[in-house]
Amino acid sequence: MPDAALTFSDLTLGYAGHPAVHHLSGLVPKGSLTAVVGANGSGKSTLMKGIVGMLPPMTGSCTVTAGTRVAYLPQQSELDRSFPARVVDLVSLGLWPRRGLLGRHRSEDKDAVSKALTAVGMSGFEKRSIDTLSGGQLQRALFAVVLVQDADLILLDEPFNAIDARTLGDLIALIKRWHGEERTVLVVVHDLDLVREHFPRALLLARRPVAWGDARETLAPENLLRARRFHEARDENAPWCEPENDHDHSHAAQRAAS
Amino acid sequence: MNSLYDFFIAPFVEFGFMQRALLGSLMLSIGAGPVGVFLTLRRMSLTGDAMAHAILPGAAAGFLLYGLELVPMTPGGLVAGMVVALGAGAVSRLTVQKEDASMAAFYLIALSVGVVMVSMRGSSIDLMHVLFGTVLALNTDALVLIGLVTAMTPVTMLVFRRALIAECLDPLFLRSVSGLGSPVHFIFLGLVVLNLVAGFQALGTLLSVGLMVLPATAARFWTSRVETMCVVAIAIGVLSSIGGLLLSYHFSLPSGPAIILSTGVIYAVSVPAGPRGVLATMRPRTSHRTA
Repeated sequence: MPDAALTFSDLTLGYAGHPAVHHLSGLVPKGSLTAVVGANGSGKSTLMKGIVGMLPPMTGSCTVTAGTRVAYLPQQSELDRSFPARVVDLVSLGLWPRRGLLGRHRSEDKDAVSKALTAVGMSGFEKRSIDTLSGGQLQRALFAVVLVQDADLILLDEPFNAIDARTLGDLIALIKRWHGEERTVLVVVHDLDLVREHFPRALLLARRPVAWGDARETLAPENLLRARRFHEARDENAPWCEPENDHDHSHAAQRAAS
Repeated sequence: MNSLYDFFIAPFVEFGFMQRALLGSLMLSIGAGPVGVFLTLRRMSLTGDAMAHAILPGAAAGFLLYGLELVPMTPGGLVAGMVVALGAGAVSRLTVQKEDASMAAFYLIALSVGVVMVSMRGSSIDLMHVLFGTVLALNTDALVLIGLVTAMTPVTMLVFRRALIAECLDPLFLRSVSGLGSPVHFIFLGLVVLNLVAGFQALGTLLSVGLMVLPATAARFWTSRVETMCVVAIAIGVLSSIGGLLLSYHFSLPSGPAIILSTGVIYAVSVPAGPRGVLATMRPRTSHRTA
């Protein structure tokens, strides 16, 4: 068994008492590249928020192995594009894990920023104001922020939305480079062909985990059919999920015995 | 030459109250300008306005007990400002009401309570002083207070500048890498209240927010960098302090409003004339580059 970068044990995440990710257990091996797939509302973004720690678990736990540096690119960035900042200021945000609030940005940090901009094909854009960037350019710049963070565990939530083919190719190449550098990468993706072509592993969510493992096996037609049967709308009158009427039969057995 | 000296320099050389007024308003410009820049960039200009009014009942409590003295009125104002900021924040976080609405409710209540309290003891002249300030009557206590706030504000902002910028630029990112998001927000609100209280005696509860927000809004038309915006905002504050006091001296205008009016004139010029203003963005381009 390889080392885990991330371990879920009976993790349930949700909002206002309703689960969005339901009883997820398993581990993400260190250095693996996993696509997280599923319909809208199947809990993909919620899982990402849970891993970063922005959403505390309702039950169970989600453990990032100690000493792992995490970088997170959210689906709906709260980036304020009207803020007077240049591309280089935006990408320098990625230096935070290394230098924090007060650490001086050294010359090697500036090198790291300009290398990251070159890697995403944005060299020459350093001085451009961020409100002049196109959607694809902004996404490249946000990838540069992730590059600068130099993280061991990288979470990307739908990074390929509204992206043209060339940018898509460049971003996929970056993700493969991270994979080659033994970084652990989780990417929320909708395009299943893209997953089959580029991702070794996949996790198929439909609130509950439907399948998890080799990407082609996970995306087999019978799994996709099972995933499609789940209802996106949450049921206000759904019964409470209790151990005894659900999956954890050991509890019920104990209770019956006592 | 002589008349220039008489107009621009003599008032400040000959009269002690003019020197103190100039010193006070210059220090206020230096502290409040950068705070105002971040306030406007975070779309909180009206929050600043609301906070300025919210200070009134606290200051009025000091006034009821000790009369028109800055030292007892200051802690009262600080407490009232914090209560309104935290109260409005709590209501918006715990209920469906958005922060702008709860802030409006809190400050309107605070303003009316304050005016009633001042009127209970003082005359309508006292009320005018509380509402619009008495920059020509700044005493040493007031100058020391303004000086302390002015010394503290840029230092705090420099220390926290990375977090302040990250919190404006991408709050979600800051949350994902650090727990500083909320603390920085409250430190910033604290700076807003401190600067408003410092400006309270000079410009009054209604106008002390003027030297904070107006220079920052005008500066936005001249530059697209945060750092330069702060410098430009300070410069606009300094210019309008000098201009306003001179106008007030020569034409017998109320001094606080004259200062803010001067800032208003600079704003009115900046909107069309600044490099990011109306004329620059509306100018029809007859030629364009190849790429």
